[in-house]
Amino acid sequence: MIRAYGIWGRLLVVDLASGRVSAESVHPVVYRMFVGGRGLAAYLLWRELGRRWREVDPLGPENMLLILTGPLTGYYPGIKLVVSGKSPQSNGVVGSAVSSHVAYAIKAAGYDGIVVRGASRDPVYLYVKDDAVEIRDAGRLWGLRGLELIGALRKEVGGDPPSLYIGPAGENLVRTAAVMARWFHAAGYGGYGAVMGSKRLKAVVVDGTGPLPPVADRDEFLKLRHEVIDKVASRTTFRMWGTTSGIWSVGHDTSSEPVRNWQEEWHDRDEFSHVVIQRRHWVKNPWADWGCPLACMKVSRAVVDGNAYVTDGPDYEMGAYLGSDLGLFEVDKVIALTSLADDLGLCGIQTGNVLGFAVELYDRGVLSREDVGYELAWGDFGSLKRLLEDVAYRRGIGSFLAEGTYRAALEIARRKGLPAEEVLRYAVQVKGVGVGAHGIRSRRDYPQPIAYAASVQGGDHTSVAGLPVDSEESEIWPAFLDSAVVCMFTSVEEATMLRFLNAVTGWSVTREELYRTVGPRILALQRVLLLLGGPDARWDPRVHDDNPPRFYEPLPTGPYAGSAVTREEVSRGLADYYKQLGWDELGVPTEETLKRLGLHDVVEIVRGIRRELGTG
Amino acid sequence: MSSQRGQLWILVDYSLCTGCRLCEIACSLKHEGAVWPAASRITVYEYYPGVAVPHYCVQCPDYPCVAACPTKALRVDQATGAVLVDPSLCTLCAKCVEACPGRVPRIVGGKPHVLICDLCGGDPACARECARAGYNALRVVRRPANTAVKHYARPPDLVAEEIGGSRAVWGWER
Repeated sequence: MIRAYGIWGRLLVVDLASGRVSAESVHPVVYRMFVGGRGLAAYLLWRELGRRWREVDPLGPENMLLILTGPLTGYYPGIKLVVSGKSPQSNGVVGSAVSSHVAYAIKAAGYDGIVVRGASRDPVYLYVKDDAVEIRDAGRLWGLRGLELIGALRKEVGGDPPSLYIGPAGENLVRTAAVMARWFHAAGYGGYGAVMGSKRLKAVVVDGTGPLPPVADRDEFLKLRHEVIDKVASRTTFRMWGTTSGIWSVGHDTSSEPVRNWQEEWHDRDEFSHVVIQRRHWVKNPWADWGCPLACMKVSRAVVDGNAYVTDGPDYEMGAYLGSDLGLFEVDKVIALTSLADDLGLCGIQTGNVLGFAVELYDRGVLSREDVGYELAWGDFGSLKRLLEDVAYRRGIGSFLAEGTYRAALEIARRKGLPAEEVLRYAVQVKGVGVGAHGIRSRRDYPQPIAYAASVQGGDHTSVAGLPVDSEESEIWPAFLDSAVVCMFTSVEEATMLRFLNAVTGWSVTREELYRTVGPRILALQRVLLLLGGPDARWDPRVHDDNPPRFYEPLPTGPYAGSAVTREEVSRGLADYYKQLGWDELGVPTEETLKRLGLHDVVEIVRGIRRELGTG
Repeated sequence: MSSQRGQLWILVDYSLCTGCRLCEIACSLKHEGAVWPAASRITVYEYYPGVAVPHYCVQCPDYPCVAACPTKALRVDQATGAVLVDPSLCTLCAKCVEACPGRVPRIVGGKPHVLICDLCGGDPACARECARAGYNALRVVRRPANTAVKHYARPPDLVAEEIGGSRAVWGWER
C-alpha cells in the first residue's frame, strides 16, 4: 500500500437520479499520474464516459459534474477549486478554476472532491457536513438570484458554511452560465452552471470541520509556506490594484483589450481606469480569499438609477468584457453590469463576449430592431442590462444568445439565410469558448499567436498554449496549476512550486517529468476528448485550430495600429507546438506518445480520429 | 481576577482585515500541527463582502467563562492574561460557551476539550502571520493600566453590523 499525503484518495460520489451517496477510492498512482483537479477530471471523464464521449450530451443526465481539489489545495497560499465535466461550450473537458472556500471545506470534510452524476427530477441542493451527506429539497430556492440565495441558504443550514451555487442562468441551461461561489466568484469557462442546472442542483454546501490530510515533509512545508507568503506579499502593485489596473493599461499601453467586440484593442479613455474606480467606488481594499497573502480583490459599490450594486473589482476581465467590449466606459455602470452578472449567475467573460457580438451584428444591420425587440447601441447601459437579463432568462433574442457566441452565430446565419462564415467572422471565440480579454495582435501582451488556437480549453485566457513547450509559456504550466489546484496569481516560479508539491505529497516530481510526462499526459487526454467532441459540435483541426477571423485584421487604432498576426506564423507555430508535444501534424497525439504517457487505453479511439481525418 | 501590567491583548483593525484567514491556518498549524481551520482559536466571519470580523477571546476583565466552569478546567494565565484550558478536566459541557458574551470558546469534533485562545504563551502565531502577509490587522499590545478602551467579547454578526455592514450601506440583508 502506497501511503498518500496531501490527499485523502477519496471522492464523494452523489447520484442525483437514484439519491445514492457513496465514497469512491482513487488510487494514489492516479494522483501521481494526473496530479488532481483538472488532470483528475480528464482521467475520470475519460474512464467513465470516454468510449461513448460523442454521444454524451453535456446537458444530459449522463454528464458528470466534477468539483475537485488538488494536492496543494489548502496548503499552498491562496485557494482555488476546479469545476469540470463535459463542457457545453467546447464539448471537451475544461478545468474551470474558481476561488472558493468550498475547496478547503471539501478536504476538511474528508474528501478530495465531489462527483455528481445523474439528474434530479425536482430541484435539490447538496448538504455535506463531514460524513453526513444529504440531498435536500430546493423547491423554495429555485429561481433565486445569488444574493437572495445566499441569505436563504444561511437560514436553511444555519451559520455560514461555504457554498457553490447557480443563479437563474444556470437553471435556464444558459451555456454562458457559471458555477458561482460566494457573491462574486465564478467558474465561468466551460459553462458548468448549465451542467449544474441540467441536474437541477441549485447549490452545494460543504461544512468540513476536520483537519486537512497530513503532509509528507512538515518542516519543509512550513518553511516553503513562509517563503511563498513572503514572495507573494511583496507583489505590492497587484495588492494595491488587483487586475483592475488592466482596464487602463491593457488597452492604453499594450493594445490588447477588447473594445466594441474587438474591433479595436486600444483606448485612451482616462475615465475608464482603476484610479477612478478606486477613488469613487472601492469600499474595501485589500480584500482576500481564504489563505491568501496577495489580496487582489477589492469590494466596489456603485449606485446607478437609484439601485445599489456591489461586486469585486471589477477585475480586469469584467471591466473589459462588461465595459470596453460593449463600448461602455462609465465605470459605475460597468460595476452595475458586473454585479448583475454575478447575481444572475452568468460568466461575465462569455456573456460579455456574446453581448458584444450581438451589438456589432445590430450595428451592421445583420440583426434588426424586430429581431431584438429594442434598439442596441454601444455603451447604452439600459439596453445592455436588458439584454443581459434576456440571456439569463432566455427571453426573446436571449433564447439563442444564451447558446454562447459560436452556437448563436450558426443560428443567426441559419435564420438569416447567410453563409455561416459571414456571421462567424464577428464571433471572437475558439472552439465554442469566447476568447478572454487578452488580444494577440499587438504582440505586447502575454498570449502568443497560437495561444488560443492550440489551447485544449479554446478561448480560455487562463490556459493558453505557447512555445517553447518545456516552459511556463506552454499550456503545461496552467494545466499543472489547475491540477495541483492553486491560484495562478499566488503561484511562483516552477522550482519552488515543484518543491512545494513534493513536500506536501512526498513525490519527487522533477522539472523534466513535469514537462515531458505529467503535463503532456493531461494535455493529450484533454486534446483527444476535445477532438471527439459531439454530439452538437465537432472540431476539425484544419478548420478550428485557428484564431477568430478578427485577429487577422490589422489593429485600426493606437500605437500598434496596423499590427496583426499572420496565418503563416500561426501554422508554423502550431506545427512546432504539436511536434514538441509528440502530436502529429494535425495535433493528434501519436500512438508512440500515448504509450509513452501511459495512455494505452486511448490508442484505439485515437486511431479512429486519425482515420476520420484521413491521416491514419 | 487580577489585571496585571505585562499581560497581552490582541487588537484588531477591521479596516485592514482582508478576511484571508491566514490567522486561522497559522493558529491550527501551531496548536494542532495541521491545517485545521475548524480547530483554530481565531475565526474570521464575513457576513458582508469585505466586512471581515476576526473573532477570538479578548480576555474579559471578569472572565465569566472561568467563573462558569463547573470542573475548574479553565484558569487565567497570570503572565499573559489568557484563559488556559486543562484538557484533563474539561467535560465539553459548554457552560463556558454559554457564559461568554461573544460565544467565543469552540467545540469541534475530534478535540476532547474546548478551544480558547491561549495567546501562544505571549507570542500569538495569528498576529505574526498577519504581519508576515503585510496586512497588520492583528496587533499584540501590552495591556495598559487604563482598561477603558478594549475589545469586548461580542457575537460576530453584531460586530459586522456595527462596523459598517448594514443594509443601508450594502442594500441587502446579510
